[in-house]
Amino acid sequence: MSGCAVEVKDLTVRFGNHVALEKISLCVPAGARLAIVGPNGAGKSTLLRAILGLVPAREGTVEVGGEPPARIAPDWVAYVPQVKTLNRSFPAISLELVISGLRRRWPGRISREDRARAEGALALVGGERLAGRPIRRLSGGELQRVYLARTLVSEPRLILLDEPLTGVDAVGEADFYHILEEYQERTGVTLFIVTHDWDVATYHSTHVLLIDRKLITFGPPKEALTEECLRKAYGHLGHSHEMLRARLWRND
Amino acid sequence: MIEALTYPFMQRALAAGVLVALLASYYGVFVVQRGLSFLGSGLAHAAFGGVALGLLIGLQPLWVALPFTILVALGITWIRDRTELGGDTAIGIFFAISVALGIIFLAWKQEYTENAFALLFGSILSVEWSDLWLTAGAMLLPIATWRLWGRWAYATFDRELARADRLPVGRDDYFLAVLVAVAVVVAVKVVGIMLIAAFLVIPAASARLVARTFVGMTWLSMALGVGSTIVGLGTSYSLDVPSGAMIILVQALIFLILFLFRR
Repeated sequence: MSGCAVEVKDLTVRFGNHVALEKISLCVPAGARLAIVGPNGAGKSTLLRAILGLVPAREGTVEVGGEPPARIAPDWVAYVPQVKTLNRSFPAISLELVISGLRRRWPGRISREDRARAEGALALVGGERLAGRPIRRLSGGELQRVYLARTLVSEPRLILLDEPLTGVDAVGEADFYHILEEYQERTGVTLFIVTHDWDVATYHSTHVLLIDRKLITFGPPKEALTEECLRKAYGHLGHSHEMLRARLWRND
Repeated sequence: MIEALTYPFMQRALAAGVLVALLASYYGVFVVQRGLSFLGSGLAHAAFGGVALGLLIGLQPLWVALPFTILVALGITWIRDRTELGGDTAIGIFFAISVALGIIFLAWKQEYTENAFALLFGSILSVEWSDLWLTAGAMLLPIATWRLWGRWAYATFDRELARADRLPVGRDDYFLAVLVAVAVVVAVKVVGIMLIAAFLVIPAASARLVARTFVGMTWLSMALGVGSTIVGLGTSYSLDVPSGAMIILVQALIFLILFLFRR
């Protein structure tokens, strides 16, 4: 084993003739907080899905904890797809949603043990009072908390979050990262976050991966996010680039 | 009305009606929640093609309709799986093919058969022991697959999450479609091809209006399915109207009441 929590070698993913990812290689150490950034259509979500084995690799390999995707133990990884794909029309209360992350089945009868663990996970994200609430009655931020509890309840070693905070206000966002970082420091879990938020990429991450179908840069944010790399991914940056630069080096 | 239950044909009708209602309203929760309500209609019309083929070749129509409808269910799922077309489109295509084949089969048969009419509109009062055994046999399927409820429910909630958790989501789609096809075929005699979809959709949709959880929706759907069958059958006896149609009107009334009084 290579000491990587996730190791990707020469990964190419194609949908028909469309190349979604081309020759991506990286080794993400255990305990890293990795922000995955890149323009729309860069293949960020596809990378997460390839790591989970949901889309097949045309070429190259993916290993999670030294195993190919098909052999990862389900409770090793927790995945939160994009908010816009979340199904709110399903008749369910928050507690059931959290337990589904534990049991990998939809709960029929809820055992006392499962209830206690799910309530514990909800408490961890400050969502105790949401347990009995139907998911269609949750606000965007509340739903996100419940999903976070669902992610944490099985105590995974790797958490994959796909744009977790779309539609969540700034306070909710700060809370979310606070909870996540606290949890990570306690457990040493490896985190992947697909995001468009440069604050996340620069302040909340130990590593950043910038892709545009191909890997553009990978490493600690301040070293990896050079002007040249950003220009390569986003073309002419103009005003937004000045903002980005100001943010990146704000602490210096 | 109670004295009606002393007639064996009425007892068989009630037993068959309750079993069909249980079957259909159980699968109905998955059908409704997956947005496949049209599947019931589609498979019922596939059963029509199968029944017509059975009449043409002189075999017991339902035994021909069973494999025919299962094949159509697999075909619909296959098209949904392999193309970007929506479920309603795949169903619509097979729906039309099955009806077209059914019409041609009946035309070749030439003589008019009352049998075909009974199968279109149902004749619960003419349910025979063999029909009842077929229905009871079909009832074993949901009992045997009861443990899969949690898996199907999870995939109904979110396919992507279920796939990420290594559940055989694609295979289950085919399996569920076959089980719905079986439920539809055994319901043909009782409800009639024209009205089967209601048995799948209305109790589950009514339950969906008020249930807070999916397990609650499942139980309530089955309870409403059975309750409306008993009430509908009794009413049809009293008013001397066709029973399949009366059951569905009772289902619709329950839907309306729950719609008006939902929170």
